[in-house]
Amino acid sequence: MDAGSLCRFQFAMTAAFHFLFPPITIGLAWLLTIVEWRAWRRKDPVAESAGRFFGKILGLTFVVGVATGIPMEFQFGMNWSRYSKFVGDIFGAPLAAEAVFTFFLESAFLGLYLFGRKRVSKKWHWFAILMVAIGSTMSAFWILAANSWMQTPAGYVIQNGRAELTSFYDAIFNASMWPRFFHTFIACLVSGGFFMAGISAALLLKDRSNAVGRYCLKLAIVYAFIFSVLVAFPSGHEHAKQVARTQPEKFAAIEGLYTSRDKAPLVMFAVPFVRPPELKGTIEIPGLLSWMAFGDVHAKIRGVSEFPADELPPLWLTFVSFHNMVVLGLVFIFSMAFGVYRIWRGTIFSGRRFLKLLVWLIPFPLIACQLGWITAEVGRQPWAVWKVLRTADAFSTNLSVATLIFSITLFVLLYIMLGSLYIFLLVKKIKHGPDVPAGLAAEAGSVGKREKVIA
Amino acid sequence: MTLALIWFILIFVLLAGYAMLDGFDLGVGALHVLTQDEHERRLSINAIGPVWDGNEVWLLTAGGALFAAFPPVYATVFSGFYIALMLVLAMLMFRATAMEFRGKVDSTRWRKVWDIAFGVSSTLLPVLFGVALGNVLRGVPLAADGTYSGTFLGLLNPYAILVGVLTLVTFFMHGAIYLAGKTEGKFRARLAMHAVRAWVAFVVLFIATTAATLFACPTLVDHFSSNVAAWLFLALIVVGSALLPAAIFAARFQAAMLISCTVVGSLIGLAGAGLFPRLLPSITDPAASLTIYNASSTPRTLAAMLVIALIGMPLVIGYTAFIYKAFHGKVVLNEDSY
Repeated sequence: MDAGSLCRFQFAMTAAFHFLFPPITIGLAWLLTIVEWRAWRRKDPVAESAGRFFGKILGLTFVVGVATGIPMEFQFGMNWSRYSKFVGDIFGAPLAAEAVFTFFLESAFLGLYLFGRKRVSKKWHWFAILMVAIGSTMSAFWILAANSWMQTPAGYVIQNGRAELTSFYDAIFNASMWPRFFHTFIACLVSGGFFMAGISAALLLKDRSNAVGRYCLKLAIVYAFIFSVLVAFPSGHEHAKQVARTQPEKFAAIEGLYTSRDKAPLVMFAVPFVRPPELKGTIEIPGLLSWMAFGDVHAKIRGVSEFPADELPPLWLTFVSFHNMVVLGLVFIFSMAFGVYRIWRGTIFSGRRFLKLLVWLIPFPLIACQLGWITAEVGRQPWAVWKVLRTADAFSTNLSVATLIFSITLFVLLYIMLGSLYIFLLVKKIKHGPDVPAGLAAEAGSVGKREKVIA
Repeated sequence: MTLALIWFILIFVLLAGYAMLDGFDLGVGALHVLTQDEHERRLSINAIGPVWDGNEVWLLTAGGALFAAFPPVYATVFSGFYIALMLVLAMLMFRATAMEFRGKVDSTRWRKVWDIAFGVSSTLLPVLFGVALGNVLRGVPLAADGTYSGTFLGLLNPYAILVGVLTLVTFFMHGAIYLAGKTEGKFRARLAMHAVRAWVAFVVLFIATTAATLFACPTLVDHFSSNVAAWLFLALIVVGSALLPAAIFAARFQAAMLISCTVVGSLIGLAGAGLFPRLLPSITDPAASLTIYNASSTPRTLAAMLVIALIGMPLVIGYTAFIYKAFHGKVVLNEDSY
């Protein structure tokens, strides 16, 4: 292993681990603005109890997100000093803007939200969770703006041995910024929706009369369904169209299009092989890819073989991660559509199988987020900045292999500890359940019994 | 060049903000090892519970601003101090999670583990920050291409360690004053005594560090004699330190906190004034030092960033003040507490 590969491994690992938490935070924070709104405006004790319960979980998730987020900002300088020097003039600004506009906002108001329930009025308390939701979303905006610039750089010129800014506006609102932001942001909402739905289902599996579980299950299913649809269409579709135009090498790799085709087919299923790059057992729909990408079944799409070999991303990994993400996206739509159907039929609280499924589905939106992120970042290789700076020219040259093995080991140990403690405390919190006001539990209990009789 | 100068000042303003704010909650953490029972420990943690995370953001913002305004400095310091920063990251993680996790399981042993993690990380972090600052003040060996050419052990020189200990003592004092203002009775009386003891140590160490600076960083001192800002900060430190014990003995902890903030902020100001216009002096070749002249981003980037700072920072200061006001007064433990 050389230093460059170790730097890449470390960054991929720390970013992947970090990226498990912000989607939950963002998705859950927006759900809590709905829950707390109800608690405030309707003085609903169930919503208040739900807010307190999921608020604590938000706090727990947020802290792990922060703890694993700090290394991300540090690592650009630590492991990627050549990159930092080369693009600092452009890349540093959105990072600084993220800190100024959003880190302060979300952390300051999260403190107020978690600790201030008794300290400030209901109105300000609701405002606090709204600011957490807005802050975490804007945080995603700025970091994705920075990432998008690496994918589709704009608003710069290469001079004095570095990339220099020519237009801040063009650099931020580059070609892939909006498609990437909407797709990722909505994916976070899906993750939060499945998270709340799964936890509510777990509460109901233990006690069908749990008022918090009943309220949150319905809310989360509807929320997750809406955003599961939106994450695929239009946001995912638009993002793919943008990749086809701005990064044809990456598009060819993720779609498994190894030779240029006029009526490019959409590959529904295939087993990809590495040497030579080919797909076996393919199920495909002719012309569909051309039509989806360019609105014309006859549009020519360039295949992998048309590009120089040293400008291609790893073909196997990008194909596999992209296609599995798409499959998971379909699973999300169908499972939540079924949930909405059961709410509509009034059978959502009867039967255990669907509730169990919802519990098992909790991690899958996070897995889909990871797969999407692998598609985007591995698909960008061998470039750190698309067609501007190679990853091989980006890492710090002063780090020895031993130093990097030390830091990777430390990160692995810390993250195993953090991850297992997070899961342990989350499960403990769910098992303990929300503190539901006594009178309400009895009332909801009677409803539960009646339903059981019907079921 | 004006823009680069403004950003040099702003970065030290951010660092001073970090030292003033996270300084007290790190100090509270370092004090944690001296608490006597569970009630005191809960009071301590909840006194900083709602605000520590926001305080830590000042560090992240300073880091982001350094990246954007002076990329070569960010790249050289962060890659050069690699192992030290890995330790900082590990400690920051332990600290954040210790506060969140410790109250989540009702077991004495569980809490004990997190108390140790919290206390140790809060003690080591100021030392590590101080060591980093000491090395920057003293200057580091830089290779021809501007990368750090020293070793991790080279960072642990006596001067840097002295600055590290000074930082710990300063934050300890700062934290004791903050916590005394948030508590009552015997605990508060003990905290006041801790603050006074720390003050004595601070005065001794500050004088020692100043003396050591004369020998360890001669260039820093050359800049000094004609530097108005440096004399101003030095005066603030001296006057502030002289007033502190009186405020503590009079149990005027809010006043003491303001004075302490002034002293802490002025210490950072003093470091900045001494360094100016350099951000990272080189001891191998002074001409290779990274300065605001040879290490800044383009005026366009600095201007864009200034707009961001001018819109963002007043908002930040506004709502941070609002939140501190909401949690004003003594700590109250309730079901929302850690």
